[in-house]
Amino acid sequence: MAHSEQSMKVSYTVLPDDFMRAGEASGALKKLLKELGFPSDTVRRCAIATYEGEMNMVIHAQGGVVEAIITPDTIELELRDTGPGISDIELAMTEGYSTASDAVRDIGFGAGMGLPNIQKYSDRMSLTSEVGVGTTLRMTIRSG
Amino acid sequence: MKISEIATVLEAEILCGEEHLERKIISACGSDMMSDVLAFVKQDAILLTGLVNPQVIRTAEMMDIMTIAFVRGKKCGEDIIELAKERGMVLIRSPLTMYTACGRLYASGLRGEDHGT
Repeated sequence: MAHSEQSMKVSYTVLPDDFMRAGEASGALKKLLKELGFPSDTVRRCAIATYEGEMNMVIHAQGGVVEAIITPDTIELELRDTGPGISDIELAMTEGYSTASDAVRDIGFGAGMGLPNIQKYSDRMSLTSEVGVGTTLRMTIRSG
Repeated sequence: MKISEIATVLEAEILCGEEHLERKIISACGSDMMSDVLAFVKQDAILLTGLVNPQVIRTAEMMDIMTIAFVRGKKCGEDIIELAKERGMVLIRSPLTMYTACGRLYASGLRGEDHGT
């Protein structure tokens, strides 16, 4: 961080199996970015990408942590969980592929669009995962 | 199109946000799949959905969608109305099916975001 005085780190906890509160972390981050004066397009892209990631953590893992490092021109996001992991990342990235349950589909998710949407809205994303250990999703969103 | 006009076209009742009915809506999307809603950004849009759960409100929040119409007369819990109120959203409920609701709005001049492409 070249200008540490201009960077800000925030962290949110995502609770497991809580479909009432799922989205709170993304909502809080969205509110913060708006207050910091980021353009609405940047705020929205960040919110959507984080929300899809947050839903994944609630659906597939036992919740996790959302961390954001915010600088004036970029938002670096890291979503970490200690869930079951993803054995085939390429397959998981395929539009339409999903392992979500019927219960998840009933609430409007599990269409296999989450990771493709994250890729679409972020400027850079990387997904690392180890089966039985967990998954880390990193995203960069540039402002403006 | 004003939200009040949309409510009339959809024969809808207002569940919350009565104070915002003069807001203008310029596009619409109808879906029960939230990831589909999240896939395309729309401006000043209304979301029509047959799905009623907190994630509908969250999805709309992320997309800056401030107006939601529940179709097929779906019952809506107080917790969902509360979430919407906190976010300054308007919720309306229409007895019409998704197909009819979308058709009526389209015929009234409200186009989807893919109109003309």
